[in-house]
Amino acid sequence: MTGALPLAAAQPVIPDFGRGSTCVRENGAFCWDWVSDHWGDTLRPALVQHLQLTAIAIVLGFAIAFVLALAAHRRGRLTTPVVLVTGLLYTIPSLALFQLLVPFTGLSRTTAEVALVSYTLLILFRNTLAGLAGVPEEVRDAARGMGLTQRQLLWSVELPLALPAIVAGLRIATVTVISLATVAVFVVNEGLGAPIYAGLQQTFKTELIAAGALCVALALIADGLLVLLQRVLTPWTRVARSR
Amino acid sequence: MNDFTDAFRFIADNTALLWTLTLDHLALSGAAVGIALALAIPLGVTLGHLHRGSFAAINVSNVGRALPSLALISIGVAVLGIGFVNVMVALIVLAFPIVLTNAYVAVEGVDQDAVEAARGMGMRPHEVLWKVELPLALPLIFAGIRTAVVYVIATATLAAVAGAHSLGDIIVDQATYRLPGVLGAAICVAVLALVAELLFAGLQRAVTPRALRLEERGAPSVLLGEPNPERTAQT
Repeated sequence: MTGALPLAAAQPVIPDFGRGSTCVRENGAFCWDWVSDHWGDTLRPALVQHLQLTAIAIVLGFAIAFVLALAAHRRGRLTTPVVLVTGLLYTIPSLALFQLLVPFTGLSRTTAEVALVSYTLLILFRNTLAGLAGVPEEVRDAARGMGLTQRQLLWSVELPLALPAIVAGLRIATVTVISLATVAVFVVNEGLGAPIYAGLQQTFKTELIAAGALCVALALIADGLLVLLQRVLTPWTRVARSR
Repeated sequence: MNDFTDAFRFIADNTALLWTLTLDHLALSGAAVGIALALAIPLGVTLGHLHRGSFAAINVSNVGRALPSLALISIGVAVLGIGFVNVMVALIVLAFPIVLTNAYVAVEGVDQDAVEAARGMGMRPHEVLWKVELPLALPLIFAGIRTAVVYVIATATLAAVAGAHSLGDIIVDQATYRLPGVLGAAICVAVLALVAELLFAGLQRAVTPRALRLEERGAPSVLLGEPNPERTAQT
């Protein structure tokens, strides 16, 4: 008996297929073992892809919306057409928009990004414009009186004062995109939508719940980070509030 | 563009199917929005009237927005199983915060001078609510309803992955319907959402007291369910 054990350890006849915890074998409602076992091969890659999808969409969306908002700030006539077009894009349900882009950009990450960017435009445009429009006229007059050029007025007076509204827009846009990026799984098998969709089609639900929870956590953390960013960038608002 | 010609041909050839699914889609959305309104409006209006619970009323919407609709529907499936009721519950959870926050902010943000004047005229609290606060708050409350309706119609598309019927049935089943079918259904969903948006925009305009109509342009961020930060900071 004592001699049998080392022999078995040296020449395993049955290959090791993994640990398969009791919880997983019994199809438990939520198995931490599964999460720790598959963090590296399923959840973390999906989380990283999700972050990439979101970051690209927010950066591109903000660049476009920012330029449009600056243009509309200077020429008020642009506001209505931009709001109409971006509002139209914003209204189209995500699942439909992803599919409607397939004939143009195929089942690719580009399709996902185009749709995600189009959802950020209305939010970011309206908030940036509202922030710029909310700058008191006296402040502008004072700045002009001090001899600031149009460009200096924009960059050193109007934009800093518009920052809270801009960040508020970025918060909504970021949380919205993190949520919508899960739907992108119908056109490209990336992001947290992939494990959610995979989990949906099997009886073992841990994968789905873990990915869903990660998605919510990601949204809340991103939201919190943007609040912090705003506090750091606009110290004067904190002084006003503490009074 | 050939795909789109085929998509329109699909719509023309399958009007009966699309019509049935559209009705299913609307029934699901209508039930969810109806229940969400019945729960959220009284609560939001009461809290706003009493100027209480701003933290909860505002933050529930921030957390609500963070909930990914696909994840929520999927988790609903994991917990409750597949079917109409469970998808409806998920849609209610998504619509509730939007309506609640807008109703709260709308009533809470009514010009306090108007409320004081009403009290000074001898109105009782419930008269102040029904005759002053609610009429003035109605446009914003409707803005919340409109956002919720469009959001729920959009999300009901995903109901297909959870066993409830909607136009999403076709969109997620490319194997059966092919690209033209998927595109055709996507066009129908998009049109449905746009029609709902326009309809409720019209309703919102209709319930806005004439004196307030000029101010409509001044509340862009509120339409997206984001409460005016200046207003909430005061409480």
